[in-house]
Amino acid sequence: MVVGLEHHLAVSGLLFAIGFFGVLLRRNTLVIYMGLELMLNASTLALVAFSRFNGTMDGNVFVFFIITVAAAEVAVGLAIIVALFRKRQTVQVDQLNALRN
Amino acid sequence: MTDILFYFFSAITVVSALLVVLNRNAVNAAMFLIVCFLGMAALFVLLGAYFLAALQVLVYAGAVVVLFIFIIMLLDVKERKKNSLQPVTAVASILALLLMVGAVYMIFSPRNLNSGEAPAVATGSSLKAYGEQLFTTYLLPMQVTGFLLLIAMIGVIVLSRQVRPVGRGN
Repeated sequence: MVVGLEHHLAVSGLLFAIGFFGVLLRRNTLVIYMGLELMLNASTLALVAFSRFNGTMDGNVFVFFIITVAAAEVAVGLAIIVALFRKRQTVQVDQLNALRN
Repeated sequence: MTDILFYFFSAITVVSALLVVLNRNAVNAAMFLIVCFLGMAALFVLLGAYFLAALQVLVYAGAVVVLFIFIIMLLDVKERKKNSLQPVTAVASILALLLMVGAVYMIFSPRNLNSGEAPAVATGSSLKAYGEQLFTTYLLPMQVTGFLLLIAMIGVIVLSRQVRPVGRGN
């Protein structure tokens, strides 16, 4: 069976699901962030596959923007995590419940 | 040959993504994240997007993961052994699993995606095409992205400034 668009989309969906389960099931904020990165990457794979199989350029350019935004997002997110750690001495999400009740 | 390479690299990517999520040690997870990003770059090469593959290696496997490892080692967090599963999380996971199975079924059911063969020439292979698109059609998004990077830089500087001699709580 020749590898087509479906196979790329299946890999992309699988990666997205893995990243999503990482976000749901892990307690460490840094690992949750890695799960977010995995989800972003899965979406870029789908975009590149779509633009390859449709013969357009738009998906590729969009991936370019996604990579830029992801880099900015990681920098800001990690700065927030460091600020949080300075304040609360923990990065476990179930101990960061100051807004509860 | 390309098909074998596709299966090989997607297996590497998926397995290392699983190891990222399942690993107890955050440093090991970051290392497997590098492997995952490199596998993804190889998939980009197979799709003919050479520029994006290079960008993936430079930005993700280079900058982002190094930043992650730097922060992990700076904070030196200990992963606790017990990882209790809350009912809401379990329900959400099951729902997500069902959604994923449905999505894969939709992708592989015939008549949904009529992909066929890829065009002979990959559109994303030439760097000139990127330059043309970025400075004509996507000029405004390009400038907004540059501005976003500036805002992110200022935001990080503001966030990481030492505010007061920090006490616990308030």
